[in-house]
Amino acid sequence: MKEIVIISGKGGTGKTVIAGAFAALVKNKVIADCDVDAADLHLLLDPKIEESHIFKSGFTAFTNKKYCNGCGTCSTVCRFDAVKEDFSIDPISCEGCAFCSLACPEDAIEMKLNISGKWFISQTRLGPLVHAKLGIAEENSGKLVSLVRKKAKEIAEDKKYKWVIIDGSPGIGCPVIASITGVDCAVVVIEPTLSGLHDAERVIDVTRHFNIPVKVIINKYDLNYDITKKIENWSEGRNLQILGKIVFSKEVVKSVIEGKTIIEYSSNKVTRSLSDIWGQLEKELAG
Amino acid sequence: MKIAVSSDGTTLESNVDPRFGRCPYYIIYDTESEDYKHVDNKSVQAAGGAGIQAAQMISDMGVESMITGNIGPNAFRVLSAASIKIYSGATGSISDALEKFKKGEYKQTNGPDVESHFGMGR
Amino acid sequence: MIISVASGKGGTGKTTVAVNLALSLNNVQLLDCDVEEPNSHIFIKPLFERSDPVFIPIPVVDKKKCDGCGRCKEVCAYNAIAVTNKKVLIFPELCHGCGSCEYFCPNDALKEEEEEIGVVEIGEKDGIEFVHGKLNIGKMMAPPVIRAVKKHISRKKTAIIDVPPGTSCPVITAIKDTDFVILVTEPTPFGLNDLSLAVEVVRKLKIPFGVIINRSSLGDKKTDKYCAKENISILMRIPFSKKIAEIYSRGDSIVEYLPEYKEKFLRLFKEIKKITSR
Repeated sequence: MKEIVIISGKGGTGKTVIAGAFAALVKNKVIADCDVDAADLHLLLDPKIEESHIFKSGFTAFTNKKYCNGCGTCSTVCRFDAVKEDFSIDPISCEGCAFCSLACPEDAIEMKLNISGKWFISQTRLGPLVHAKLGIAEENSGKLVSLVRKKAKEIAEDKKYKWVIIDGSPGIGCPVIASITGVDCAVVVIEPTLSGLHDAERVIDVTRHFNIPVKVIINKYDLNYDITKKIENWSEGRNLQILGKIVFSKEVVKSVIEGKTIIEYSSNKVTRSLSDIWGQLEKELAG
Repeated sequence: MKIAVSSDGTTLESNVDPRFGRCPYYIIYDTESEDYKHVDNKSVQAAGGAGIQAAQMISDMGVESMITGNIGPNAFRVLSAASIKIYSGATGSISDALEKFKKGEYKQTNGPDVESHFGMGR
Repeated sequence: MIISVASGKGGTGKTTVAVNLALSLNNVQLLDCDVEEPNSHIFIKPLFERSDPVFIPIPVVDKKKCDGCGRCKEVCAYNAIAVTNKKVLIFPELCHGCGSCEYFCPNDALKEEEEEIGVVEIGEKDGIEFVHGKLNIGKMMAPPVIRAVKKHISRKKTAIIDVPPGTSCPVITAIKDTDFVILVTEPTPFGLNDLSLAVEVVRKLKIPFGVIINRSSLGDKKTDKYCAKENISILMRIPFSKKIAEIYSRGDSIVEYLPEYKEKFLRLFKEIKKITSR
């Protein structure tokens, strides 16, 4: 069983569209949407939720006004500006360190376990999907991402699926790290813009920091041939394999609007490139 | 002396779990009484510092030797500070691992095997 | 006035809007708070004058005073401290810098020292004061670097903040205490899904906001319907154009190559001023 994650550094390069395409092309797989902050893959897969679970992570301080004597010790010790003028706690700013709770002379502050999101196991027309939704303003520590990955892996092992296809999140922080550790391959989607290249460099540094094998796809490459060439040279210089290049196509937006993966929506240069890319990746990883 | 083994289950027939900090259980085997018990690894739930918390728990139990698959840098640091001998690279059933250990087939590990976060997402 | 430019979804055009708005105004600062992947400097090309490392306070043990009681480990909410064999081990990458351990140590054996997690760079270009933050690779926490960037906000200027994508805590840290939020979206199901999440965040923070629809000609009408239903004003539409995509891909600004946009961004600013003065 092999795990593949699709990441990009920069948002909007086409991660989710490509993850959706892989979901349609790859037989025998479990799909995991690890972009828990702004999950979108379900919009292409029309999931039927079979299991829904609450995710609890971290604590938030809460003041029991009944016991508060107004001494303000909480306010003095809090480094995150989370104590309001009336000594109640701002849950958005609270980082759950419990300093105020421990320091309060009246024991008026309790730490409440946070419900920070939900995770789901669903069935889709393209196979099982594990996905999640992080609550607003919650700390995206990567723990929910880890949980989604763990469940996807369990289903794959249990039902003997060959692949786990993971839609990753933008950035380079904890949630991205949690979505890439231990995978068999990280596929980085780069768009031919200076921003895209800049951000891809940073996320590839992260994959290298964690010793994850990484390959590249250049998406919408015809929007700037010069920068595409630059990316190709840069990849060669860093010993990075380019799995393929995909043209820009308005059909992609149309397929998203229809709620379909591009593979199901039409047959064009984009779908041919994606088929070739998957063929290449499958050959290299299955061996 | 007490030996701890990272485990995917609760009995001696369970297998050595490759992840020190994120395994579901530890089997604690007492060489004097030749008896064992299992403990839940509460660190599985930890957002961060699972290896640290797990190592802290192991050291608080008075364990002398730790058998596991892979150990990351933070847990390694804690167990070393606690003077606990670490034996990594173990696989197979818990009872097999304990046999091999008694026969002296395991070499002590001198450094962490994997980068931090190895167990996350697995 | 402090205007933040955000979006739920990445890649909708936050940086495009932030950069081009800044280039259309006078007496302006541009602060790039997307410290994991800062990009605005590619377009502004500032001359960097200063580089300040960002530190978070990490406790260090004075072994002479420590008796191994373990109180510090007990109070740490993040597993950043282990105590074994009377030795205290600190794990800086997990430390949130809350100060609890130092406060509760009965022997005064913990003192905070600075650990570097990123850098803030300050520069200037054509009268625009430019500040951005960069989180060091392998470091986990963006908010302290974002806070360090925001320390440079001047109330005497118009400050434009480029916010990271998403809705979790780095976004909150960037948007907090700003006067107006521009939410940039694209008229697709992905854009709309993430816009509704971002709207929830901004409403929770009780900051006035409006929407810009980018690549407005490439998509469906659902975003318009959503905004109408939710009484959200659409401040501007930027149609999809290969020309704009190409200008962006080169790292150039729209207002430089399509000057009619300068007037549009100026009008946007005036509209925002009007809304916030009510």
